[in-house]
Amino acid sequence: MLRFLASRLFRAALTIAMVVTFAFIVLRLSGDPAQIIMGADAPPEAVVAFRAAWGLDDPLWQQYFRYFAAILNGDLGRSMRDGRDAIDLVAERIPATLALTIPALFIKLALGIPAGVVAALHRNSFIDRAVMALAVAGFTVPSFVLGLLLVLVFAVQLGWLPSGGQESWRHAILPVITLGVGGAAVLARFTRSAMLEVLGQSYIRTASAKGVPWGAVVRNHALPNAAIPTVTIVGFMVGSLIAGAVVVESVFSWPGVGRLLVVAVANRDLAVVQCILLLVAATMVVSNLVVDLLYGVLDPRLRAAPQGAH
Amino acid sequence: MSDAPLLSIRDLTVEFGGAPALRGISLDVHPGEAVGMVGESGCGKSVTWLAALGLLPRTARTRGSVTLQGEEMLGARPSRLDHLRGGRVAMIFQDPASSLNPVQRIGRQIAEALTLHQGMTGATARAEAKRLLDQVGMPDAQRRLDAYPHELSGGQNQRVMIAMALAGRPELLVADEPTTALDVTIQAQILDLLQALRRERNMALVLITHDLGVVAENCERVAVMYAGRIVEEAPVAQLFDAPAHPYTQGLLDALPPLYGERGPLAAIPGGVPEPWAMPPGCAFAPRCARARPTCTFQVPALTRLRGPHRAACLLAQPVLELA
Repeated sequence: MLRFLASRLFRAALTIAMVVTFAFIVLRLSGDPAQIIMGADAPPEAVVAFRAAWGLDDPLWQQYFRYFAAILNGDLGRSMRDGRDAIDLVAERIPATLALTIPALFIKLALGIPAGVVAALHRNSFIDRAVMALAVAGFTVPSFVLGLLLVLVFAVQLGWLPSGGQESWRHAILPVITLGVGGAAVLARFTRSAMLEVLGQSYIRTASAKGVPWGAVVRNHALPNAAIPTVTIVGFMVGSLIAGAVVVESVFSWPGVGRLLVVAVANRDLAVVQCILLLVAATMVVSNLVVDLLYGVLDPRLRAAPQGAH
Repeated sequence: MSDAPLLSIRDLTVEFGGAPALRGISLDVHPGEAVGMVGESGCGKSVTWLAALGLLPRTARTRGSVTLQGEEMLGARPSRLDHLRGGRVAMIFQDPASSLNPVQRIGRQIAEALTLHQGMTGATARAEAKRLLDQVGMPDAQRRLDAYPHELSGGQNQRVMIAMALAGRPELLVADEPTTALDVTIQAQILDLLQALRRERNMALVLITHDLGVVAENCERVAVMYAGRIVEEAPVAQLFDAPAHPYTQGLLDALPPLYGERGPLAAIPGGVPEPWAMPPGCAFAPRCARARPTCTFQVPALTRLRGPHRAACLLAQPVLELA
């Protein structure tokens, strides 16, 4: 178990290091932060001074090692725009994002899983087709389209809800629904196919043959087995709690991490972008680690040889 | 065996999407009797019993009648069916490893049946599950209660399935190729176990198999199936001595001889007709060396030949019994 954890942690660290490196390289190659932040009309001397101040003149590898050493010391850099610590800038936006993504996650789970189970239990019936048609619609419509549509109907036409901003809980309703619908659709499809797979297994027939009422067959034999693949996808959803709302935050002018990311990328505010990416990678990696441990809890076959998991 | 049948199947038909899988099965099983069901894969021997117990997927269309001491099982209320299944008629399957829930300890899976049919819970159910495991010859039963199916061998898992089937004290156990997935030595052990349990509990046994040898050793009566019908039914000795249907004769000829020179086995030429392309007459006619023109359009009924011996062949003549 300890060896398993150690190897998982090592791989997790490696994944994060790769994300950080990739982000570093792409950001340096895609534009000059000095020029962008100082503006096109800035005097050349000012731009040169800016570069020197932020160490942008040094060779790329020196910048990279300096950056990496700083991370290992817990220093995630400062914003080039206002000089504040990047981590503070990001941290103060996190609650706003979680205020959208956590309720959305509950919507995904509460709608998606039961819908998938019901569809599987009524395979090829009207209910199944209706659920699946909704699910396909739910995840093919991009969130910015759905968001704008909801704004058009509920904010512009009906005037029931605000179209953007963060003043009250009512402002969160439309973005939360926008986020939740797509995820619920994905989860419904995934749960349905996991359930269908399980319902076709011999042990389901065995349970019926020994006289277990159908409801109990579903509860005690089908659901625990179908949960194993479903946990994977839920893990991804948990992992994207921090970065999963970039588009929706922009549509609804919600001041969360996603909007900060969009602005920081546009400004080539390197430290802020990298700080967000690091955070996103870390949450994703941690939630994957939790999923791996959950597999062991849900499936005794993986307990014996956890190294073989995945 | 002249007493009232425990279970009666009458004119049972099953269709999957318009293709007939069973084309009219009638069969009685008497209390305590061992009946063999033989035939090639796809002949409908498993489907017969899955249909009888209502275990087929909903896409299957089942007609006819299956009565358990007069009580109709086809179309019975689900709650009633759940009471009969496992309680009065139990069934075990071919691949024991995949027939057990992989994420539940076997003790709990056996206890579930004990709770349903005997009302036992908690420590009582666990003690009884242990006793059942002992009875089916599971070594170290107490510790095995907490094992998961993947921690046991195929033979051990089949013992678990049998223990689970016994939990409801059934009057009939349907064993669907219980040993096909097992090693030969384990096969014999499982079949011996089934025989011993049957005698101890005076339980009827239906043994579904494609192995005539298994039938000869373990059954009193045998029904030979071909393409969704029973083509011959007889006490085991009578069937082996004087098979009346050319298909049965072919099956017996295909058994390797115990004595004499070794030679190629006699195979039946051709293959089983597909369900959607059944010949209009006798389904076996296209492969039958003795087929006559009438065989190609007339469907032979299962007729009594002598005593309990019945066959569905136009060439098989009833033997008149002198009163």
